Order: sequence, then C-alpha cells, then structure tokens
Amino acid sequence: MTSLPEPSAIKLGLVIDLDICVGCQACVVNCKEWNTSGYGAPLSDSDAYGAKPSGAWLNRVHAFEAGTGADAKVVHFPKSCLHCEDAPCVTVCPTGASFKRSEDGIVLVNEDWCIGCGLCAWSCPYGAREMDPAEGVMKKCTLCVDRIYNENLPSEDQVPACVRTCPTNARHYGDLGDPNSEVSLLVAARGGVDLMPEQNTKPVNKYLPPRPRRAANDTPMSLLAMADEATPSGFWKWVDSTLEKLG
Amino acid sequence: MRPAWSIIFFTSISGLGFGLAAWVVLGFIDLVHPQQIFGVGGLVMLLIGAGLLSSTLHLGHPERAWRALSQWRSSWLSREGVLAVLAMLALAGWGWHVFAIGTPPLWANTAAALLMAVTVYATSMIYASLKTVARWHHPLTPICYLMFAAAGGLLAILWLQAFLGQGQSDAFELAVLLALASAWGVKLVWWQIAGANGSGSTLASATGLAGLGEVRSIMPPHTSENYLQHEMGFVIARKHASRLRLIALGLGGILPCLLVIMDGGSAMGIGLALLLHMAGVFVERWLFFAEAKHTVSIYYGHQH
Repeated sequence: MTSLPEPSAIKLGLVIDLDICVGCQACVVNCKEWNTSGYGAPLSDSDAYGAKPSGAWLNRVHAFEAGTGADAKVVHFPKSCLHCEDAPCVTVCPTGASFKRSEDGIVLVNEDWCIGCGLCAWSCPYGAREMDPAEGVMKKCTLCVDRIYNENLPSEDQVPACVRTCPTNARHYGDLGDPNSEVSLLVAARGGVDLMPEQNTKPVNKYLPPRPRRAANDTPMSLLAMADEATPSGFWKWVDSTLEKLG
Repeated sequence: MRPAWSIIFFTSISGLGFGLAAWVVLGFIDLVHPQQIFGVGGLVMLLIGAGLLSSTLHLGHPERAWRALSQWRSSWLSREGVLAVLAMLALAGWGWHVFAIGTPPLWANTAAALLMAVTVYATSMIYASLKTVARWHHPLTPICYLMFAAAGGLLAILWLQAFLGQGQSDAFELAVLLALASAWGVKLVWWQIAGANGSGSTLASATGLAGLGEVRSIMPPHTSENYLQHEMGFVIARKHASRLRLIALGLGGILPCLLVIMDGGSAMGIGLALLLHMAGVFVERWLFFAEAKHTVSIYYGHQH
C-alpha cells in the first residue's frame, strides 16, 4: 500500500551535527559497504575504473560555505533519506513497492515489486533516492533496518552503519517520536532543523546547525602578545636588561 | 529534467489517441462500413497502445509494469494506467456496439468521451502533482495537456473526414483552427506563468544554514555525474529555450493552421498539417521536460 500509514509513535531517524562533521566520507563508504551486501540487490557501480565512474550511493556528503569574510564557515553536509512523515516518494509509487513502515516510520523499497519508473526519485525534493544502474530498481537509505533489529550483532553495532563508523560522533540515531529520547533532547538543546520545511514533507531526520562562533575581532590573545607580556626573571631578566642596554 | 524519448512519445502520441477517441465516440466522424469502424478504431488503439508501450520502455523492469495498476488510491501514475486500460476497453466496447447494434446512446458516448479526457488529465497529473518541479506544479499544466489532446484529436478527425471522403463543413474547420489556436495560446501563457513558478526553496532552506549568512556550494559530493544529475540536472535546453519555443509554435500551431486554411481540405494537406502539429507537440513536450528544474539541483548550487 502506498498510502501513508497513520504517523507512528516511534519515529526512527538520524540527527546530524553540522558543527562536528569534518567531511571525511567514512559514513559514505561504510554505508556503501554495508548496503552492497545487505538489504536488497548490491549497490552497483558503472564504469567504476573508467573515465566517468558512477553508481548508486545512499549517502552523500556535500560541502557548503556559509557567511562572508572572516566569518565564513565551511560546512560539510551529509545527505541521505530523511524518512519523511509525509513522504511524497511513497504516495507517487504506482506499484506499492515504496512504503513507509507503520511500526517505526522507516521508508523502504520492496525491490521485488519496483518497476524502476523513477517517479519516487522525481518526487523527493532532497535527492535521497538513486536508481541502481545494474539492477534497475530504486535504492535508498534503509536506516540499516538489517542492523538495528539484528540481535546477532553486538549491541553497539545495532545502529546504522554510518552512525557506527563516524569517527567524530557527528551522527546520532534514535527515536525522534519520543520527546525524551537522547536524540530528541539533543535536537531541542541545539535547535535542530528540518531541511526544506516549505516542501511540507515533515522529515524525521534533523540537522544541528553549527554552533555560533566568536566574532572575528574577538579572537583570543595572540601568541605573540602572550610572549610580549611575559616578564622574564632571574638569569633571563639579566640577559634581557643587558641586551636592552647594548641596543 | 532529462527529456526521455519514451516519455515524450508516450505523452504526445497517447494524448493524440485519447483526443481522437473522444471525438470519435462523440460522433464527429461517420462510421458506416465495418472497414471504417475497424480502421478508425484500430488507428486510435494503435496510437494509444504505442504510447503506453513506449512508456514502459524507460522502466528498469518493464515485465512488472502490470503492478503499476494497483496503487490508484494514491498514485497518479497508477491512476493513469488504470484509466488507460478502462478507456481502451470502453473504446473496444463502443466499436463492437457500433458494429453489432448501432450507435450507442448519447449518455454512453458522453461517458466514454469523459473517460478519455480524465485519462489525459491523469497523465498530466503525474507531472503536475510533483511539488519538486515548480513549473509543472501549476493548475495550467493539465489544461495544456487536455487542450493539445483535444486540438490534435480534432485535426485528426478533419484528416479522417478528408481521407474517408466525407463532407467537411466550414464550421468544423473553424473549430479545428480555434482549438489549435487556443491550445497554443494556453501554452504561451503556461510558458510565461508556470515557467516563472519558483519552488520556494533555497540553498539556505535546503541546508538549514540560513543563520550563518549566504550559503554557497563549494564541493560536490562526487567526482562525476551521478543519477540525480543525469536525471534531474538537465541544462542544455535552457540555452536555446526561446528559439525552441518558436519552432514548437511554428510547427505545431502556425503551419498546421495555414495548411488547413489554404489547402481546401485535401487528405494530403490535412495529413501534412497533422504530422507538422505532432512534430510541434514533440518539441513542446521535449521542452516541458528539458526546461524543468528540480529542487535537488539546489544542492548542486543551481538557483531556483
């Protein structure tokens, strides 16, 4: 059924901290690694070693610059499916392959039903879906549904691959439907935002904007100034005053 | 958006087919002999069928296309599929009735014509329902599709009348000219109004970084073109857009009208007018896709 289910109480999703992400692409690589051997068909590439390599990836890290002059800031920006509550990719699907789970809100593609028409990718404002070049079916972030509920994995691995691998802890996973969950508290504390709220998709994933930085003219005392202010004592005081006299 | 040939062919040819079908069931062409019934019916079915078949060509799994008939409750693509099947069944039933019993009652003909119109409307809504492509997401988009289907269908009726040696009235010729003129008139308005429709999204809203000041893309997330850019980042058309619009209008509107006025109703002349009209509609449909901008291109630094 591609009609959207009633909003679930549990809304599993990601919280991405744009203040911390350094753009190392580890989440991108681990996502590809896990999902090429997990849910559904492998994530294939075309012309992987040629002049124009391309392929299906479920997570991409853009880089943006915001602000001007000395206050400009580079922001690394990971982007994957936001598991929207009003997911347009689900309702446009003609086959019922694209669906939103009623129990936890994860948006998935049933690859056995997908006809590869691409309309869901057209309907997604964020570009979260990519057609698999070899399999001809639509691929998207599964929130690692085959990890998070997998009791054969150690508990620390029962999180999405991108979250597990992030070396800076810029990615958080949890239940955004529970206002007291760690991720919800983090979103509240840091003023987490929706992407393109004007598209009315009600994304579950949230982004934490970079923390405000000190203004450019309010920088800490320079090292040189610290050295100037230091008053020598003892032997160095004698060297200092003697050299001053020579000068 | 990438202008896929299969989709351009599908929307224009089945649009013409449904338009023609609507005028046929409303009795705008006299079908007396069985050859005429099967000939005209077959032509309409061929146009609609070829369009629908073509639409499956761009699928990753055409063999599963039947599954697309299941989600009519939420999906305009599914609705289009269901309605197209119903429309073809209605047309077949209509042809059988004309052949075996005689012309069906007016209410049945009207219902069948409405079904053709609703099918074209559903085709247009596949695109008009997408909020992500601002210029498609406009109330005039379905009007354009319906007008082109109606005008193309009327022109095809005029050609069939000439081809089958049936008398043509000046009033009907005038109706064809008016239909062509209004279809292109609405399209000109669409180009002005819907073409200027913005998505309302910016790089600031797309990244949530508005608080930091102006946002610029400084590095794409990949080193060569990916699916998103291939499918939704088509930019070539915008350079030649105004010239291509003139070509579309000239081929699809002005030349067919001149031919209809000057030719005096020969099957050859009207046939040429119909071919030119369809060539113009192809260009119009190509531009419909090629000029369209998708919100995802904001992430790649394009302005909306």
